[in-house]
Amino acid sequence: MNTANQYLKAIYLVQEMENGPASTGAVAELLDVSPASANEMIGKLEGDGLCQHEKYKGVDLTAEGISRARDALQNYCIIERFLFEVLAVEEFRAEARQLEPVIDETVAERLDTIIDREPQCPDCFDPETDVCALLAFELDAEQADL
Amino acid sequence: MSLQSPVSSDHQLARLLQIGIVLEEVVEARAAKHAAESEELDDELRAFLTEAAAESATHRKRLEALVERLDAETIPFDEIKTLVEQQYEAEQDFDGVLYDQLCNEETAYKFYDDLIAAIERSDATFSVDREELLAALEALREEEAQGVEEVTTLMERRE
Repeated sequence: MNTANQYLKAIYLVQEMENGPASTGAVAELLDVSPASANEMIGKLEGDGLCQHEKYKGVDLTAEGISRARDALQNYCIIERFLFEVLAVEEFRAEARQLEPVIDETVAERLDTIIDREPQCPDCFDPETDVCALLAFELDAEQADL
Repeated sequence: MSLQSPVSSDHQLARLLQIGIVLEEVVEARAAKHAAESEELDDELRAFLTEAAAESATHRKRLEALVERLDAETIPFDEIKTLVEQQYEAEQDFDGVLYDQLCNEETAYKFYDDLIAAIERSDATFSVDREELLAALEALREEEAQGVEEVTTLMERRE
């Protein structure tokens, strides 16, 4: 996933959490980058018509920005679920975050063919816990069985 | 979420190579299943799929050999094969079979291409010699590119 898509996904998630425009500080924090870097990239995304940035108010994704952010989020959900279901990775959240930039959507689509993903994806993603709520539920059930 | 390099340690490299192994396993299992079960296939297509399955098995073993030197576990092929079979119904007509094979080869090519770029961007030191690692991945990428070309030629001839 390229950097622009990672930003779009981060803005989308912050907007979900804040229920309104995303502050650039919160986007920078989520991506672990400096506010200056976040501002620069948000400016580029705005130039591409993917978001609107109003000073002191925050960033709002456009319809196209939302669509790309949701695709990026879906790819991320595939990576998390693939690591959990197929490779049995315990730290799947942390590893998904690390691997996300190098797993392209065509690759994610292929990985998707061997996992069980629910049709409501990516709406089931919980930005607070950084994981699909359904996957978190499966994880809790698995731990309860131990 | 992080914008840092995804390949900064042996562990992360091993994980990415494991994903490559799974992708090759998917190609191998699907091509073998098509070759064995699709009724509409002629001898040329069946031979092509059998060869594609064998090539993916070779790629998988080459990746496993790299992961082994990184001292990380791999997932047994039987488990992946079962997963692929559970989730996937084989196409019966040859257009579907060839299209699926094309997607498989293109996906593997894209994966190796992105992985090579990520390693080149990273300044990490791995247990495997960097030049040797890149040469091995570049060879795999080249073979996938040839695979894409072969499927495309086969598809054009059958139009």
